[in-house]
Amino acid sequence: MWLEAKNISFRYGRNQPWIVRHLDFRVEQGACVGLSAPSGTGKSTLAMLLAGYLTPEEGEILLDKKPLPRKGFCPVQLIYQHPEQAVNPRWRMHRVLEESGLISEELLAALGIEQAWLERFPRELSGGELQRFCVARALMSNALFLICDEMSTMLDVITQAQIWNVVCGEAAKRNMGMVVITHNHHLANRLCSSVYDLKDCCSARP
Amino acid sequence: MRQIKQRHWQNQRRWMRQKHLNRRTRALVLTAVLLVLLLAVYGAGILIPQEAVATDFIHARQSPSWQHPFGTDNLGRDILMRTLKGMSVSVTVGIAASCVSAVIGILIGTAAAAGSRLLDGVINWLIDLMMGIPHTVFIILISFALGRGLRGLLAGIAATHWTSLARLIRGEVLQLRSQQYIAVSRRMGKSHTWIMVHHMLPHLAPQFVVGLILMFPHAILHEASISFLGYGLSPEQPAVGIILAESMTYLSSGMWWMAVFPGMALVLTVWLIDRLGENLRWVIDPYSAQE
Amino acid sequence: MEKKEYRRGDPNVPLLAVNGLSVSFQMYDNTFEQRALQVISELHLQVHAGEIVAIAGASGSGKSLLAAAILGILPDNATAAGELRYKGQLLVPKLQKQLSGTEIALVPQSVDFLDPLMRAGAQADGHRKPRPTKERRRLFQRLDLPKDTEKCYPYQLSGGMARRVLVSTALLADAQLIIADEPTPGMSLEQALAALKMFRQMADDGRAVVLITHDIDLAVSFADRIAVFYAGTIVEIANAQDFGEGPDALRHPYSKALWRALPQNGFEPIAGSQPYAGRLPKGCLFAPRCSRSTPQCAQKAPSMRALRGGEVRCFYAHGRPKE
Repeated sequence: MWLEAKNISFRYGRNQPWIVRHLDFRVEQGACVGLSAPSGTGKSTLAMLLAGYLTPEEGEILLDKKPLPRKGFCPVQLIYQHPEQAVNPRWRMHRVLEESGLISEELLAALGIEQAWLERFPRELSGGELQRFCVARALMSNALFLICDEMSTMLDVITQAQIWNVVCGEAAKRNMGMVVITHNHHLANRLCSSVYDLKDCCSARP
Repeated sequence: MRQIKQRHWQNQRRWMRQKHLNRRTRALVLTAVLLVLLLAVYGAGILIPQEAVATDFIHARQSPSWQHPFGTDNLGRDILMRTLKGMSVSVTVGIAASCVSAVIGILIGTAAAAGSRLLDGVINWLIDLMMGIPHTVFIILISFALGRGLRGLLAGIAATHWTSLARLIRGEVLQLRSQQYIAVSRRMGKSHTWIMVHHMLPHLAPQFVVGLILMFPHAILHEASISFLGYGLSPEQPAVGIILAESMTYLSSGMWWMAVFPGMALVLTVWLIDRLGENLRWVIDPYSAQE
Repeated sequence: MEKKEYRRGDPNVPLLAVNGLSVSFQMYDNTFEQRALQVISELHLQVHAGEIVAIAGASGSGKSLLAAAILGILPDNATAAGELRYKGQLLVPKLQKQLSGTEIALVPQSVDFLDPLMRAGAQADGHRKPRPTKERRRLFQRLDLPKDTEKCYPYQLSGGMARRVLVSTALLADAQLIIADEPTPGMSLEQALAALKMFRQMADDGRAVVLITHDIDLAVSFADRIAVFYAGTIVEIANAQDFGEGPDALRHPYSKALWRALPQNGFEPIAGSQPYAGRLPKGCLFAPRCSRSTPQCAQKAPSMRALRGGEVRCFYAHGRPKE
């Protein structure tokens, strides 16, 4: 199964400049692909497009040769750089997890999430602890593809290693496809079978 | 660190903070005081018999005394009793009108934020229009159209006070909609309704309550001013506005108590409610959690 | 009376000395009780002219508050204890106000610190008269900012561009001490390197830079010394080359664990996570996760001590094992 972006173009509004132009990109299930590019070249926009948060103005995003579902559960899940923005500040953490479906105790233990944290509010947890929850939420949703947009940039390296070890283990076990967006070359080389520069993915540039 | 403003170690302020109640406790105390007061006023309106405010020409035009703490008016009616009864009417009108108005506000605000761009434009235009025309004029017109009296007054106040709350709610919903956790929820397969109920409403509820409470003093003041101008409640009803209107004739003959005491009662109530609203706003603001 | 001159150039007086700094916050405890949350505890640091000191630690662990404390811009609900000295002078609020922006410059972490109604160029110039237009243009060019950036309003800038504008603001201020709070996120590697090279140059000119970052790789390649920040305090101050040499050269078990968790050196994490302010352990802050901890560690917090040209906050750190 492939997750494909076919000749997609995107801009925020009619009179805005193109952020993504004529871009082709594909990932196979079970593969882990790295993406790197300078800031302001549309990495995050591409992540949002691939996960269906945004719709391309031209071209299409295909999952298994079918367009991404517009309603209901999306099998491509995105993990953001800033976990504190990705959880409802008024919810206790167990509710955040329950939103994705069944809670897997095994996964929580693997990610180092302590039981006591489940009763806390997001503001009572650190960024690293919150990101563990966001990863748990994405993994428990039975996604087929994971898009990780600078997922561990704001974390300390120990937490980074902890989280990636779990994510890669789960991905291998379930044969998930992954797109890793990072500016850290060491990290990309360690995680990904191949690393692309965003410029190489554009078939034509204006 | 939300401000770049230069700050000093303010030892004195810290000392004061320890001395005084913190804001949450203060809001709680205010709520309790206000609830008791409102209940007392409302209860008084019902419990005070008609005889207590009956005309009594023998004791007319008396200045404040132990028997009549607020004095008596030109017809010998006890002003304290009339004020209490009047406040009761005012509070009832205020609560009813601001509740209706708040519901209108939340509905219109949500519609503007969630609906099409055209609808948003129309609603914004309407809000601007409503805010542009002085409320008093508007209420008088509506009150006239519906026939004067309680019904017209209620409809008038309810129809004019929703604008600021609607704008607030619209802003909140727009801001909420762009939150990442809402987008995540969508991609987790949750429906619009589910998100509205579970993510948005709990966020809007406190805003709604504060908006309602802050609307309340406005409603009371407008009720009083419209009645004062003679376009609201009928003169038989002892509304504060009517008491004040009557007192105007006698102010020049030195009967200051006819205006001062009912006026003070009105101001005090409005001020208390306003304080409560401000304190509650602080409590629900998430940033105040770190004070 | 004669005013005491700054002892300018005296190498023994550090440009900035932080002695036993603690910062705590007043927080509501769900109920109506307020309690203090200790975010920075007993922090010691000395910064000398001519060096870059990196403070490395996880985001949200209180590093930014250190910057705020030095500049005297702590939020209202924060209380600071301890002693800050600039060139040997006690940093009192009045002096902080006087020095900030001229002697001490901040590169703030949040892009929100830019004035939304001011063009980027004017913003970088600050209040200096005459406006350093020429210098600024050269600086913008070296930071890889497009020509028309100076005419842009902050909302028109991308995150990385805004951050580079913030960096140039501090560089133009010509301060003796620059405190850069996470200056690089959002920049590409090349841009980050360009920005840090300028910091390096400033330091080589005899100024000092405090680089607050979560990116150890950057810290290692540009700083002279690295202060490892853990749970609100500095557990080790090491020379940057110690990180290049590996865990044997490092002193504190946490720094060793950091080294081993880097993607280029093994990617092996230790279990657990940093304790949150308000739930700090009683003794050594790292004890619950440390493989070498003893009952003594759980009872008493070790104080900072000198070891092998650096400083460490651990009872059991020792000299380098003999070959």
